[in-house]
Amino acid sequence: MVNNEFRTCPDTGLKFYSSAENLLKVNAVAAVVFLLVGGFYGLLVGLTRWQAVHLLAADNFYMVLTLHGLNVLIFWMIFFEIAILYFCSSVLLGCRLATPRWAWAGFVLMVVGAVMNNVIVLQGASSVMMTSYVPMEADPLFYLSLILFAVGALIGCFVFFGTLVVAKAEKTYEGSVPLVTFGAITAAIIAVFTIVSGAIILIPTFLWSVGVVGEIDALAYRLIWWAFGHSSQQINVAAHVAVWYAIAAIVFGARPLSEKVSRTAFLMYIVFLQLASAHHLLVDPGVSANFKMFNTSYAMYLAVMASMVHGLTVPGSIEAAQRARGYSAGLFTWLRKAPWGNPVFSGMFISLVGFGFLGGITGVVMGAEQINILIHNTLYVPGHFHATVVLGSTLAFMAMSYWLVPVLFRRELVLKGIAKWQPYLFGLGMTGVSLFLMGAGTLGVPRRHWDIGFAGTGGITHEFPAAAYTMLALNGMSVILAVIGGAAFCVIMVGTILFGKKLGNQKMAEPCIVAPVTDEEYEANGGSAYAIPGTLVLAMVFFVSFALYYFINWKYLAETWGIA
Amino acid sequence: MSSLSPPSKKLWWNEPIHKTELMWISLVFVWGLIMTFMMPYWHVVGKQNLGTETYKTTPKAFQASTEAFVEQYTVRNEGPRNFPVVAPPAGGDVYMIARLYDWWPIVELKKGESYRFHLSSLDMQHGFSLQPANINIQVVPNYEHVFTLTPNASGEYSIICNEYCGIGHHLMIGKLLVVD
Repeated sequence: MVNNEFRTCPDTGLKFYSSAENLLKVNAVAAVVFLLVGGFYGLLVGLTRWQAVHLLAADNFYMVLTLHGLNVLIFWMIFFEIAILYFCSSVLLGCRLATPRWAWAGFVLMVVGAVMNNVIVLQGASSVMMTSYVPMEADPLFYLSLILFAVGALIGCFVFFGTLVVAKAEKTYEGSVPLVTFGAITAAIIAVFTIVSGAIILIPTFLWSVGVVGEIDALAYRLIWWAFGHSSQQINVAAHVAVWYAIAAIVFGARPLSEKVSRTAFLMYIVFLQLASAHHLLVDPGVSANFKMFNTSYAMYLAVMASMVHGLTVPGSIEAAQRARGYSAGLFTWLRKAPWGNPVFSGMFISLVGFGFLGGITGVVMGAEQINILIHNTLYVPGHFHATVVLGSTLAFMAMSYWLVPVLFRRELVLKGIAKWQPYLFGLGMTGVSLFLMGAGTLGVPRRHWDIGFAGTGGITHEFPAAAYTMLALNGMSVILAVIGGAAFCVIMVGTILFGKKLGNQKMAEPCIVAPVTDEEYEANGGSAYAIPGTLVLAMVFFVSFALYYFINWKYLAETWGIA
Repeated sequence: MSSLSPPSKKLWWNEPIHKTELMWISLVFVWGLIMTFMMPYWHVVGKQNLGTETYKTTPKAFQASTEAFVEQYTVRNEGPRNFPVVAPPAGGDVYMIARLYDWWPIVELKKGESYRFHLSSLDMQHGFSLQPANINIQVVPNYEHVFTLTPNASGEYSIICNEYCGIGHHLMIGKLLVVD
């Protein structure tokens, strides 16, 4: 196989090596397929939780909930992230992909693992949830399928690193890698740590399930599993922040306010995130208070600080670019004049706001050692991570797809009218899901629970407040909205790939990337573009919301029983 | 030069930091310190700090301790499952078993008094979720978790399992009574 063929994209000027291009395509397609599958399962979960509908029987509910978690939280995310890694290395650096055969082997392993996992869980004997806490036992093939998938993903990471080495050696770019690639590097480094943690816990568990290992300590399992489970979400964060910067560059020609700050913030993810498994163990036996406090604050909340920095610099870089291009009146002209009808931008901005306000604040609050007592394993937890992983990561990846898929497949986007609305529909639905799950969780409703009406217990019951039932009904309705939005995304993507007008070497009707803002543009008007008062106001609104919500929860905590 | 291209200045780490960024970083850093401080501060002044005293145990040993506790302090049997209602002395120990799919026994406490809870599971991992007080604690087999609870209101409370433990997970509910 000759590995030096490439085409130069007439719209973006980027070099697409055919080795990377094909892998980008198959990984992106696989991602969308698993999103569709996992989203469908999510619909069934939402409609079962809605007590008046109560769609599935108990055994099917637990099986479908297991499938929902694995398909969207693992398979959709990781396939898309592998595509991001190849894009950020091969395409952005204009370099051939290192060892494409290995990359294909990795892809095949991931597909085999993901399909096998679905088949095994659907057989009904592996309804152990994504966390598969021992001593609950699944079919050995359940663990094996996850191990195969993880090995495939690990190969993908090393192909990415290899491509970086090739690009450096062959001098396909000058100076440092672009910021977006830098972000992808942090995601890949975290991915390696994550997958190794996964191997450390899943391989012994597999051996236990086939009878080679006698016992797995349940507490040790939790500690190590969460080094895998939580860190895998940090891959998503690093990847979707890289996507935010990419979209700011694509839509506005923006560059970071300062490379140093944005890059250091990415580095802080690597340095501090690995402590995060502890905040899943805040109400566990056998874990000391000092361990909890140090690790849950990620050593003084430095990783939180990194996210809050990105939360300022991404919109800040957009504001600076817009001001340099003439939208400099008042506080928010730059934002009002942003292309709100372009799903690439609207998806990214909803992702940014949703991740920060809903996902970020709630995550930090429930990660405080003592406040966690109020929240652990209630529906508040899935409420929180639907804001981070779905509203944050998934919506950011969808936004990126609206740009990447037409460029990659050389096809005009289909159903543009629907695409314009899709991020709003999906964003609204998922905001509802997040808020109503958190609302129900605040009222004490347990997660992963089939029936909060307690029929079938022979008369032992608990009367949840009527508001809890209302929350679950509203959640069900929000799920329907979000699933319509998610399905619309999948239809648009598949439709574009199969039926979109072929572009060939023709340029698209509308330019799909904005020329970078130049130094001269930034420096015009005495460099006033560098001031970003609008973003600062937004950041302060965020900060005040954060602080209020944080202390309100301490007040709630103070009202419950004495616990010592 | 946008974020998609290499930075224009090769030595990006020598660039000056943007003024607004510096302000924000300082604010966020101080906020991080405040949040870090809140946790040890609550250990000193707060009344909700989950104890971490833990012992290795076995299902058999823990069941024996719980049975002894039930035998000593049972006052009556009640409820659809005819479970013993156990009323330990104020300040005393309380043993509670989590198992597929119930919490055993029913405990009767006095409002305002403190009790040393011993909690473990005989099989899977479970979640002790005391409602509506909304106190949630992970229950892990082979570990005996000891902590103190002080009820601040009387009434009938439910203990719901909030860690998925198997096909009958939603049937796992127990009762805890607090009297004046």
